[in-house]
Amino acid sequence: MMKPANSNAAAAAAAKDGATQEFVTVFVGETMFGLAINRVHDVFIPTGITPVPLAPPEIVGLLNLRGRVVTAICLRRRLGMPRAETQGAGMAIGLEQAGETFGLVVDGVGEVLKLGPDTHEAVPINLDARWRNLALGVHRLDGKLLVILDVDGLLSFGAERAEPTAA
Amino acid sequence: MDDLLREFLTESSEHLDTVDTELVRFEQDPNNETILRNIFRLVHTIKGTCGFLGLPRLEALAHAAETLMGRFRDGMPVSGASVTLILATLDRLKAILADLEIAGTEPAGSDDDLIEALDRMSAGEVPAVAVAAPPPPPEPVLPPPVERELKPGEVSLDELEAAFLAAPGPDDEPAPLPAPASIPASMPAPVAAPVAAALAPVAATPAPAPAPVPAPAAQKAEAPAPAAEGGEVPGKVQTIRVNVDTLEHLMTMVSELVLTRNQLLEIARRHEDSSYKVPLQRLSHVTAELQEGVMKTRMQPIGNAWQKLPRVVRDLSAELGKQIELVMLGAETELDRQVLDVIKDPLTHMVRNSADHGLESTAARVAAGKPARGTIRLAAYHEGGTITIEIADDGKGLDLAAIRRKAVERGLASQADVEKMTDAQVAKFIFHAGFSTAAAVTSVSGRGVGMDVVKTNIETIGGVIDINTQAGRGTTFTIKIPLTLAIVAALIVRAGESRFAVPQVAVLELVRVDPAAAQKIERINGAPVLRLRERLLPIVTLTSLLGQEATEAETQTGFVVVAQVGRQRFGILVDEVFHTEEIVVKPMSSKLRHLSLFAGNTILGDGAVVLIVDPNGVARQVSQSAQAGSIPAEMEAEEVEAGEAGEAKTTLLVFKGGNGAFKAVPLSLVTRLEEIDATKVEWLGGRPLIQYRGRLMPLVVADETIQIRTEGTQALVVFSDGERAMGLVVDQIVDIVEERLDIEIAAERSDLIGSAVLRGRATDIINIAHFLPLAYDDWARGPRRPTKVARTLLLVDDSAFFRDMLTPVLKAAGYGVIAAEGAERAMAILSGETRIDVVVTDLEMPGRSGFDLVAAIRAAGHPIAGLPVIGLSAAVGAETVDRARRLAISDLVAKFDRSGLIAALTEIDAPSLAEAA
Repeated sequence: MMKPANSNAAAAAAAKDGATQEFVTVFVGETMFGLAINRVHDVFIPTGITPVPLAPPEIVGLLNLRGRVVTAICLRRRLGMPRAETQGAGMAIGLEQAGETFGLVVDGVGEVLKLGPDTHEAVPINLDARWRNLALGVHRLDGKLLVILDVDGLLSFGAERAEPTAA
Repeated sequence: MDDLLREFLTESSEHLDTVDTELVRFEQDPNNETILRNIFRLVHTIKGTCGFLGLPRLEALAHAAETLMGRFRDGMPVSGASVTLILATLDRLKAILADLEIAGTEPAGSDDDLIEALDRMSAGEVPAVAVAAPPPPPEPVLPPPVERELKPGEVSLDELEAAFLAAPGPDDEPAPLPAPASIPASMPAPVAAPVAAALAPVAATPAPAPAPVPAPAAQKAEAPAPAAEGGEVPGKVQTIRVNVDTLEHLMTMVSELVLTRNQLLEIARRHEDSSYKVPLQRLSHVTAELQEGVMKTRMQPIGNAWQKLPRVVRDLSAELGKQIELVMLGAETELDRQVLDVIKDPLTHMVRNSADHGLESTAARVAAGKPARGTIRLAAYHEGGTITIEIADDGKGLDLAAIRRKAVERGLASQADVEKMTDAQVAKFIFHAGFSTAAAVTSVSGRGVGMDVVKTNIETIGGVIDINTQAGRGTTFTIKIPLTLAIVAALIVRAGESRFAVPQVAVLELVRVDPAAAQKIERINGAPVLRLRERLLPIVTLTSLLGQEATEAETQTGFVVVAQVGRQRFGILVDEVFHTEEIVVKPMSSKLRHLSLFAGNTILGDGAVVLIVDPNGVARQVSQSAQAGSIPAEMEAEEVEAGEAGEAKTTLLVFKGGNGAFKAVPLSLVTRLEEIDATKVEWLGGRPLIQYRGRLMPLVVADETIQIRTEGTQALVVFSDGERAMGLVVDQIVDIVEERLDIEIAAERSDLIGSAVLRGRATDIINIAHFLPLAYDDWARGPRRPTKVARTLLLVDDSAFFRDMLTPVLKAAGYGVIAAEGAERAMAILSGETRIDVVVTDLEMPGRSGFDLVAAIRAAGHPIAGLPVIGLSAAVGAETVDRARRLAISDLVAKFDRSGLIAALTEIDAPSLAEAA
């Protein structure tokens, strides 16, 4: 088996070990993405989003999820995908990092898949650089490909931007 | 016993801290009996408790120290050496306490060295004074608590108490009750002690004897006085220790309660006739009171964090051989205990730094004509929802040259970058890890650890640290800590589509404005202002601050929230004001913390998340845009130059053009901003034109993707040169910013000069030279001077930006332009093949300046030496003019003054052409 191209890919490594993993599948446009289930805290319909003026483009706004303030991030914009033609309500995946709650806004949420190493592939090298950095691997499914996303990678943006104005 | 021991440990370490501070004060003010009594009493307490708990080492040490202090009380002169000795003893006590805390028993070891020294010190003066009846020196070594009751110290305590607690009768029965009995009584009181003691020196000083006031009472309760048993003390302050986690939890619960109450109130607001209005009102009051109470438990005066500093400074003063005075202002400023804990160590570190690096040696100070005694000033105060702490010294200031050098050595920045940086930016290098310019590493500081940690610590609580340094005058560090984790009253307002919360502390009043009413917004060159009680108040619209479009009508009506931050007053125009609400400030997401306009966010009663506007952030923006926006165009040029000289800032007009991208152009090049009716655009020969001020003005799009609108209004940026004007079509005019211009990415496109980060946004700087010929084919060819012989001009400027900006202007004026980025290159060109007719040079350049270049030109051989030279300068002072005259520089022109430059060139042309003829 090929070595995973992305070395920080803990999930990919686990997959290599032969353990099956569970992924929550989400859709953006036609593409299906997988998020490690242990990172997903919530699935909810984002309502009442307060936009944040001057915020980085990835950030849709802030919303109240059961008394917590959640930063909503648009997966579409995060991945640099074109704007959707129809703006549906969408769904959001609740993620946590360093004590903060984020909501990853997607077009739709699919089922939970249990996948083994047999269908796992490294990230194709011809992918867009942005995607390469955020993907941990690809699973070959029937008639579809599932791109596994690196949750920490998704949430690590804006830090470098925060510097100049803070100083 | 375990609990008792723990109590003892906390209590004793607090006492010792207080003694530390008090001793330093006492040393400076040896005649102040109140301080001495205070110290004496605290040490005595420790001694007594140790005896009870069976801690012989501590007891013996404390006893020896107490004895020496007893001598002071009896009139022995206080010397620096004796205070140092007592301080050393206190340190030893602390060390033993620390071990005790870990091991649960006293560590083995001997303190004979210290005890002996203490005894010698006290014995030395005994005969001289001999007032104290039982001179105790011979028996300090007796450790076991058995002999306690007989100890002379006991007697002197009673004397002491009789002396300073004369008033409350029941207490001073001099009964030699065994100390043990008193211990349980003093247990519940420990917190009162440090608080009272910390505040008491001031508060209690005037009223030691006659007073049954709480302060002495607290002191009383706290001393192991035998009589403290029976609850007889009237004003005794009862305190208990509570685990911080408990308080934190309580705080969280109260926050939730406040939110729930708000939700209920919101519901009640909608249902008019509800019968639960009254109980709800009651609930609301109770909640408010509860909240206030819980908040109070978390607040502590910042003086608690400063307690150790007098001692630190005293020791440093001795160690470094400098005279240092520590001034502390605003010690009563209260702040959240959590915040207090975090800043405690950074503050100590910074004070050390100031003492070691900041202040010069006494000799150097005297040589510089300063007072021999250096001052470190600590000040704390509330300001617009934040707490500001300043640490200032009157020392030599930061050695910016050394920092620049070091920054380059360490590869933090290139030489060129460092040269371009402002002093304030350079000073910030000291926050880099491992950065130290200290020539020598002292035990105090200079190891290059610290300031980065200080910065990190402060930033973790959302604070900001800033440096202001003046050579020879001193350095001031300003720390601003926002009040996060707190509940604040806020005004809920609407601006555009969204609601925002404005903290009420910053709000002075609300003014309704309406064009039809008496209060209306007026404009000075587009900048909105409001007449408020015979004063002009600058106005900002919240929507425009937030980068949203605001129509003219919107900026006429609404409410002005009059706010004050520091000494700056301004009005924030909002569309609607709803009500005030107690909000729980939730910190901003880490992804959004860089937005200085927001202090945090909160959840309102109706469940919506709203952003909390930070009045400080707004104030900063107001002063910036006020400077840029309200000044007439000519003055603006000066403004820019002034900024150029000091901070090297450029005022730029930011607009949106093409796919929402931000673009900018130097404001000095812009003639006017217009919003035209889109139907006025006419098309002639496939090119868009408008009738503008009686002439036809061609329009050019700022980006190919921009569609000229067919309805509504169209934003234009008008550039003009002489009689010609061109309208640059943009999507939206966003802002005017004044910032240092760092072109980061050189563009490959001819319509862009490059990209820069402005206000945290990547922004393209457009190249006007690209657009001018699009409007007039002949603009670049200089049709107005058809007779002119092509003359070649050498343009010398270190900034690529200015070279790029001036080149098209000069070309348009009919010159062949050769650009050089420095004096060396310029000399090479001059001595080369190409014939140069005139030199235009920037006078302020890094390395060899423009003056050096001109001097070199004048010193060169025949054809070159006589060349006419025009100097470009950001700041034209008398000295510059004088120097320029000596070097026969034909003219001095301000850097942004294009027409001035052209005029100067024309002037040169006339005589030189005549000569040629």
